Amino acid sequence: MSKTVTTEPTRRDFLYIATASVGAVGAAAVAWPIISSMNPDASVLAMSSTEVDLTPIAEGQIITVKWQGKPVFISHRTKKEIQEAENVKLSELPDPQPDSARVKKGKEEWLVVIGICTHLGCVPLGHEGEYGGWFCPCHGSVYDTSGRIRKGPAPLNLALPPYEFTSDKAIKIG
Amino acid sequence: MSHSNYQPKNSVLAWIERRLPIFGFMHGSFVAYPVPRNLNYWWTFGGILSFMLGVQIITGVVLVMHYTPTSLEAFNSVEKIMRDVNYGWLLRYIHANGASMFFLAVYIHIFRGLYYGSYKEPREVLWILGVIIFILMMATAFMGYVLPWGQMSFWAATVITNLFSAIPVFGKSITQFLWGGYSVDEPTLQRFFALHYLLPFMIAGVVVLHIWALHHVGQGNPAGIDVKSDRDTVPFTPYATVKDNFALICFMILFAWFVFYIPNYLGHPDNYIPANPLQTPPHIVPEWYFLPFYAILRAIPNKLLGVVALFSSIIVLAFLPWLDTSKVRSARFRPLYKQFFWVLVVTCVGLGYLGSQPAEGIYVIVARILTAYYFLHFLVILPVLGYFETPKPLPKSISEPVLGKSGVAVGIGARAPRKN
Ligand code: HEM
Ligand code: FES
Repeated sequence: MSKTVTTEPTRRDFLYIATASVGAVGAAAVAWPIISSMNPDASVLAMSSTEVDLTPIAEGQIITVKWQGKPVFISHRTKKEIQEAENVKLSELPDPQPDSARVKKGKEEWLVVIGICTHLGCVPLGHEGEYGGWFCPCHGSVYDTSGRIRKGPAPLNLALPPYEFTSDKAIKIG
Repeated sequence: MSHSNYQPKNSVLAWIERRLPIFGFMHGSFVAYPVPRNLNYWWTFGGILSFMLGVQIITGVVLVMHYTPTSLEAFNSVEKIMRDVNYGWLLRYIHANGASMFFLAVYIHIFRGLYYGSYKEPREVLWILGVIIFILMMATAFMGYVLPWGQMSFWAATVITNLFSAIPVFGKSITQFLWGGYSVDEPTLQRFFALHYLLPFMIAGVVVLHIWALHHVGQGNPAGIDVKSDRDTVPFTPYATVKDNFALICFMILFAWFVFYIPNYLGHPDNYIPANPLQTPPHIVPEWYFLPFYAILRAIPNKLLGVVALFSSIIVLAFLPWLDTSKVRSARFRPLYKQFFWVLVVTCVGLGYLGSQPAEGIYVIVARILTAYYFLHFLVILPVLGYFETPKPLPKSISEPVLGKSGVAVGIGARAPRKN
């Protein structure tokens, strides 16, 4: 038999490729719902909001409330704490953000942040660490009185949840 | 690849054998199979690992019969296993300490490979399959540790899943996908449970490939030279079987000592406190077998780079066959490599110790030095060493030092019957 050198694809090659493509599309179509089912489901997505009465929180006190399964810190800051937060040079901060961008105007004494370390998700301890804000026991990240990252492996400031004041002494998170 | 033309004598078995040659296959793989006659006890850990996989699967399946994977009931159901279920305490302690024993054995097995150059040609695929098994084992053990839903379970799950949040752009969506929510919660527990049940069977599948590759290329040996004739080997049964079983029994004594005398020694008391999403325990540390990797993660002050270093420290093992440029396998004949090997062992143990200490002051500095050395060993020392080191002369064959040049057996050993 003489050698046949075919550079042209044959009809059979076409059939192989067509079969494989249909198979791949089918596999993807089956994989889609399987993978998608692992996403947060409707009941988790249903954005619940949390209302908090601020009256019982004394000046200098930090409380933790739960919102969407996550801890939220509400800090009733003292004058000194506010000043410390406001007087920092932005150039000193790993994630520069002025204190005014982290509180509501005229409500500087209330700092509301999500209590999850931006490193690997531990809950930092309040009134600890060199800056009098928070200290994360897991790998040693230090946050200041504005919840901004100052030292350690965490890259970002403590996140701010969406919230608004429903009255002078109450907020709604979410 | 059959090493025997074994025929069962029993007529029923012979009938089956003609239709499915399974007995001949088993005989060829575990009875007549020729093993190098110079294997030492470091070669018994493969058998020990197979045994441990069996132990984890059997105790695991029985534990599942009493375990409830919901965030409200998981902790209580484990307590019920400990207090109410007949021998529940025994099954759980075997399973929990079994994981530690499994890792002890796998680390010895891996360092055996590093010392004797088991990853070199023609065993690269065999070695890579081993690295895959190791990664699957880590995933399995991590998810298993989450199941009792104590404080350590919860925070281990939080910290480890958050590693993925370091991925640029998609990090957050990926972690939420892993959790099935906005934080570690019931959906996370349930999927971890499903995967914890599944992965050991995937490990079993990869083990089959691992052993297939092993039997295809043949076992390595402490001299690191190829089997040249039947005189270099002995039959698997009784020689390897008896040696493996003796080692296994010694290993089980150690295992039993943990299970019966110090069952909680390797655990953390905090895991007997139910999970609390609002409070992180003051000292969170992973199980001992993850400590060196944890130290590497924490040694690097940047989140993304820390995570990259952690994963690289494992992945680098898969490239070992190409990073080590020396043609000589066994460290016995590599005077310099032998020393670097022991430095690496000390480095890994040191990292393990540092991983258990708080991340501050001198600990962090030492952890950085050791992390740097770990990578230096694989990425610089090994490739360069192959060019500079003068290996010692290799023996002509495996049997020569034992049998003498005449080839007359000096007392011990029968030859493996090859294709009788
Ligand atoms: C590769 C093999 C396996 C490893 C390394 C492993 C590891 C672990 C670990 C470390 C724990 C936590 C123990 C504790 O602190 O209480 C655990 C728990 C558990 N595992 Fe496994 N496991 C394996 C196989 C299996 C299998 C095959 C099953 C089921 C079919 C299973 C079912 C369970 C259950 C129900 C628990 C929760 C009860 C408990 O905490 O003792 N495991 N596993
Ligand atoms: S999780 Fe807070 S420092 Fe790592």
